[in-house]
Amino acid sequence: MSKRKLPIFATVLAIIGFVLLYLPMFLVVEQSFNASKHGQSWGGFTLDWYTGLASNSMVQTTTVNTLILAVVSTLIATILGTLLAIGIHRTPWGKKVGYFYDMSINVPVVTPDILMAIALVSVFALFRSWTSVFDPGMLTMTIAHVTLEISFVVLVVQSRLVSIGKDQIEAARDLYASTAGAWFRVIIPQLSTAIISGALLAFTLSLDDFILSFFTSGPDSQTLPLYIYGSLKRGVSPQIHALSSIIFGLTLFIMILMVLKGIRKERKLLKLTQSPKG
Amino acid sequence: MKSFDLQVKNVSKSFGEKAVLKGIDVFIKDGQFVTLLGPSGCGKTTLLRIIAGFEKADAGEVILSGEVISNKSPAHRPINTVFQSYALFPHLNVFNNIAFGLKSHKVPKDEIEKRVNAMMEMVNITDLKNEMPATLSGGQKQRVALARALVNEPDILLLDEPLSALDANLRKKLQVELKEVQKKTDTTFIMVTHDQDEAIAVSDRVLVMYQGAIVQDGTPEDVYEHPVNRFVATFMGECNILESERIADKLAKVAFGELVLEKDPQWAATTEGANAGKCCGGIAIRMEDIHVCTPNESFENNVFDARILERIFRGDYWELIAELPGVGNAESLKLRVMTDPDEIYNPGDNVKLYMEPQYLQVLDD
Repeated sequence: MSKRKLPIFATVLAIIGFVLLYLPMFLVVEQSFNASKHGQSWGGFTLDWYTGLASNSMVQTTTVNTLILAVVSTLIATILGTLLAIGIHRTPWGKKVGYFYDMSINVPVVTPDILMAIALVSVFALFRSWTSVFDPGMLTMTIAHVTLEISFVVLVVQSRLVSIGKDQIEAARDLYASTAGAWFRVIIPQLSTAIISGALLAFTLSLDDFILSFFTSGPDSQTLPLYIYGSLKRGVSPQIHALSSIIFGLTLFIMILMVLKGIRKERKLLKLTQSPKG
Repeated sequence: MKSFDLQVKNVSKSFGEKAVLKGIDVFIKDGQFVTLLGPSGCGKTTLLRIIAGFEKADAGEVILSGEVISNKSPAHRPINTVFQSYALFPHLNVFNNIAFGLKSHKVPKDEIEKRVNAMMEMVNITDLKNEMPATLSGGQKQRVALARALVNEPDILLLDEPLSALDANLRKKLQVELKEVQKKTDTTFIMVTHDQDEAIAVSDRVLVMYQGAIVQDGTPEDVYEHPVNRFVATFMGECNILESERIADKLAKVAFGELVLEKDPQWAATTEGANAGKCCGGIAIRMEDIHVCTPNESFENNVFDARILERIFRGDYWELIAELPGVGNAESLKLRVMTDPDEIYNPGDNVKLYMEPQYLQVLDD
């Protein structure tokens, strides 16, 4: 196989692209090991900022808050979103109502977060006049996050659902499954990858959400993005760089795992297609 | 032993304004291989779906072994379906696909194992037990779909264009297998197809459907040899249709002369147009039933002069286009004639064509 020569223009563009994407991250990682506290000069290698994190109680509480919020809101959004997608798919009220549903699902996706945040704040304020449950805190944040995530889950699950033909349900019914049985034994298993993708998307949305959290959080429900933003106002501490590097490293790790899994799957498929069939 | 006779009684169905089925009445005896044959849009698939329970009839009843099942869900009918798309479950392997129905009925595990294995043996897919549907070829998928339905020992098996997605050679092979499986299991098979060759090859009985009604019901030979109307005649394969006028008992006038018939046409007199007062209709003759006379052959009647216009090679036969000059002021007529590969006629040859009365099919219209 002869190597195709890349045009210089494309090569240069690719390099610029990679630099723009990864230089900032690289600088953050570099700073996290830099002993000099201020400025860009290299003051020697240190792990102090990482060890400092371990004794920083604010970092620990906000990390725990972020994770709890992400896990809980993802679970709720995934379950509700999946049910909603199925419900919309099965709507007995005709195409027009279906379009209306689709639109109402898409609107939150394209609405600016800030608008949604302000809207939620007003709603919570209204509710708060009846009960103190809606005081800013974990509950209001969870509701806000679920509201954002649910549309994304629906979109992901729905796109898979429409590719499953109605003959699948019919085949299950034909083979004596009840309506519920048909869904649990045939449709949901086929949706599982879409449900997991939807959940992962929801999880990342919650993890790095700032705007919704900023408007709906209370004093005891600070999340990591809020904490980082707050500490930025006091000047960037290299501890923040260390924290960012850890998050970046974790993300990278998950990405690599997913890519490796993908490669394995592809190999398996390749092997299957190569084996002789009559 | 209980017999699983199926009766479809006066079943009608419309989708919106369009009447898809117009009062279908059929009785299907246990153990028959029946084909619903017709062009797309004739209602054959809808009828199948009503029997399966996926579609509800607007009027009429479906009765199985004396019991009305029209209002039962597909899950409660002892009927299974082989879908056109196969509809195998992509997340289950071949074994679990076939075992699906038995698991729904909570059949004990060792019995499931036994029955699924026996069924896989019957349709020759034992070595595919652990394969996923995505890795199967079309023919293998078809066999799995058949096994998945038959393993439940249904009273009736419905097949919706089961072979339409396969290439011609495989289709022929599977037609034979389908017929064998039907005999072995002694189950009623009702198959929908638009392919008349397939219908002729596998069925005991063919129901030809057109525009929501059954237009002819009979054995494959019967439907092929004795079509009742123009639609059936042309749909069942290449056919010449002669515009005719009844002039006497068992005698009809066509463009190229007079035809002696075996059966007297029952056409009603036309009331308007140029033919008002005359009894006109169609007579069908298949291209293989027109005989090209050799020089020393002679027949009493129904022999006509013709000139060969074209000769087309069809592999196992020649197709001739013959022109028969009109009698009086009638225009000449072109007919298609089939001859054996060793009978060579060339364009320009003048021949005599013989149409034996028993092959001249008087149509209803």
